[in-house]
Amino acid sequence: MEKKTCLYDRHVALGALMSPFGGFIMPIQYTNITDEHNAVRQHCGVFDVSHMGEVRITGPEAERYVQHIFTNDVAGAPVGQIYYGMMCYPNGGTVDDLLVYKMGDNDFFLVINAANIDKDVEWMQQQMQGFDIRFEHQSDYYGQLAVQGPEAEAVVEEVLGLPCKELKFYTAKVVAHPQPLPKGGESQGDVDIASSGKESPSLGEGLGVGSSIIISRTGYTGEDGFEIYGSHEFTQKAWDKLLESGRCKPCGLGCRDTLRFEVGLPLYGDELSADITPVMAGLSIFVKLDKEEFIGKEALAEQKANGAPARIIGIELADKAIPRHGYPVLNEAGEQVGEVTTGYHCLSVDKSVCMALVKTEFAKLGTPLQVQIRKKVFPGTVVKKQFYNKSYKK
Amino acid sequence: MATFESGLRYSESHEYVRVEGEFGYIGISDYAQHALGNVVYVDMPEVDDEVTAGEEFGAVESVKAASDLIAPVSGTVVEVNEALEDEPELLNKDAFANWIIKVQLSDPAELDNLMDVEAYKAHCEN
Repeated sequence: MEKKTCLYDRHVALGALMSPFGGFIMPIQYTNITDEHNAVRQHCGVFDVSHMGEVRITGPEAERYVQHIFTNDVAGAPVGQIYYGMMCYPNGGTVDDLLVYKMGDNDFFLVINAANIDKDVEWMQQQMQGFDIRFEHQSDYYGQLAVQGPEAEAVVEEVLGLPCKELKFYTAKVVAHPQPLPKGGESQGDVDIASSGKESPSLGEGLGVGSSIIISRTGYTGEDGFEIYGSHEFTQKAWDKLLESGRCKPCGLGCRDTLRFEVGLPLYGDELSADITPVMAGLSIFVKLDKEEFIGKEALAEQKANGAPARIIGIELADKAIPRHGYPVLNEAGEQVGEVTTGYHCLSVDKSVCMALVKTEFAKLGTPLQVQIRKKVFPGTVVKKQFYNKSYKK
Repeated sequence: MATFESGLRYSESHEYVRVEGEFGYIGISDYAQHALGNVVYVDMPEVDDEVTAGEEFGAVESVKAASDLIAPVSGTVVEVNEALEDEPELLNKDAFANWIIKVQLSDPAELDNLMDVEAYKAHCEN
């Protein structure tokens, strides 16, 4: 039985096409994927991404623990800094890719993929031995909205009243005074932010801000945008305000996938998995081998030095036929050398393209390859796996 | 809302056949194009290919997914709707006017296995 996010009733009322994703029943589209995709590229869209999981790591050895399980390097990071990276198995295979927010000294907020929540929590708890930390699984508490697109900053500031102009790319801040989190379920009643502490009363006015909201300049679309974590009550009120404003189109997971795909961002389960290491996925810049220690370091260092057996690449097809996840990738002789991980008819550039995992000898740019689509075989060429340029505001 | 056209025969997998003499024009219903969303590619067989009732003869691709086309009747392909190669979105504009293939029916008795518009409407409502 799939879980529902705190916005489920709203999605159904909007007539969204609902479908299971990562253990949740989620909106795939409200009108159609193309319109929603274009809204994010050209104006502003809002996504319910409350299915994402959250974990808070605090305690005297929180930093040492995060360094142990995470491929990126958070040592000495300034408060508010966010890092993208992976958790890996000792053999280098990927447990999950995640964001790590530094909330304070020895205080980290980890955002993990919905489909991996149970597995990740179990994995992280298994690695806790010998670390003096507090591990809080907070997925049931937080709702999350992603407001994405070139107009996102103005929308978040003017519609939600959350100041975000000064936030730099991959930084976060807490709005409202942090309160102890209620144990499970939704918080009750309106709590005026004015009564909750240090921030100006105009911040997030009318949004029922009880405990803290975390807002970050991050996203999964290749556009400027923000991700906002708060209670279910906050998330519902913020969603309503955004839709009432008419300045922000509700967008489903369908276009979230086309948007992330076009700019070459990986999706766990497609471009990363227990069998696909970050090095194979071309994500080595998020693997800090100069760090003293982390799980998977030796295996990843070996792959980086001696070459990985396979790589994630981009393929552009000459034809309009669409390569999909799992379709065979063939060399010119017709022998299978890999398979498609994600493919679309790319909406922003009107071409059929895919990402694929292929044997490393076929990964070089310009290599001619073929993709088998149902009964036919279509010629293509290895290209950079970024099919459309990101436009982040840094 | 989906529209339905009378006088056609429909399959459970949402293909229709419009019979004209010994030929059948096969396409997808308006209900199907609604469910698919924006059609971005139509994978069609070639002229002279044989299609068999109940078997896949091509695919319609929306942004998100590929959906197999299942032949409602058997026959030989005598024409494919080439307009769909450049404008697959014609299926969204008018699914009944834009048939996908024209076949010479090899067993017209197969038409009896298909639904009329009333039965198909009921099928879609379930």
